[in-house]
Amino acid sequence: MERISPSDVQARLDRLQNKALYLHLESTTGAYATHLDSSKHPASAFISNARIRYAHGLIAGNGPYRVGLKTETGWVYAEGLTHWEETESERLILAGHDSQGKLVVTLMLSPHPF
Amino acid sequence: MVRHILVVLPHPDDEAFGAAGTLAMHIQQGAQVTYACLTLGEMGRNMGIPPFANRATLPHVRKQELEASCRAIGIQDLRLLGFHDKMIEFEDQALLDSKLEALLKELRPDLVITFYPGYSVHPDHDACGAAVIRTVGKLPAEERPVVYCIAFSHNCEEEIGSPDVIIDVKPFLPQKLAAIQAHRSQFRAPELMGSGNLSGEDLLERYGTEHFWTYRF
Repeated sequence: MERISPSDVQARLDRLQNKALYLHLESTTGAYATHLDSSKHPASAFISNARIRYAHGLIAGNGPYRVGLKTETGWVYAEGLTHWEETESERLILAGHDSQGKLVVTLMLSPHPF
Repeated sequence: MVRHILVVLPHPDDEAFGAAGTLAMHIQQGAQVTYACLTLGEMGRNMGIPPFANRATLPHVRKQELEASCRAIGIQDLRLLGFHDKMIEFEDQALLDSKLEALLKELRPDLVITFYPGYSVHPDHDACGAAVIRTVGKLPAEERPVVYCIAFSHNCEEEIGSPDVIIDVKPFLPQKLAAIQAHRSQFRAPELMGSGNLSGEDLLERYGTEHFWTYRF
């Protein structure tokens, strides 16, 4: 993966707008959070292959980045994004990695199920 | 001599950190090993440093790593059971148990290695161990294989005592380290490797022995 280039990600967001897409959205502290540090509260959520269509999508911030997608009935939001997969031509794969390189958030969009 | 070992663990790399030395030892003595790995670890957080995998590519990456780890240990038979990482505790129990029952019936192992339910930190570990204990427990007592459990929760020794099986795997460290390093996306994780590289006293301390609790049915 590469460090996010906001203009490239924005171009991809524009290309995917108003298309029928599959979304994977996830945020996680990992299953070992409390085992490694008892003061940590473990919290994670993911949804895989949710079907969405957005009319408007933006990337914001100066890094780590935020992405918001405005759908017909609500919003999709992710914060803490640091990397993207520039070799993907059809899908958009965004991830946020913490200072240890571990994934903490990911947002992925694709015309096909993941 | 152990004839056939069935290893049931949920994630690629559980075998490398938890049992690689013991497995390599038994394989050298002539044992057959079947490793039933429940998932592809597709929800893992380690993507390599720097990240070369992502959530979409991770299952493919980890499958290849798992195959390489099995080759390093000498495991002859790898079964990918196709369950979804993080979801074992929510999986249809009858489906999960039926897969394990079929393996026990087919292989008739004399030793099973899994996680100790309730003392293995990750919900997938606990649910995997619970499924194995449930399934083996249904066999008539005289047909039950010995079950070695891996446990590492902070409270495990307080509650289930000290491990009764302690295996010196120092002669098999090359296989074990090769297995760990085969999991290229995972093994640099700081909580797994401590501060250092794969060398020295720290390494022997960390990986030179493997511990198991024999499950009492």
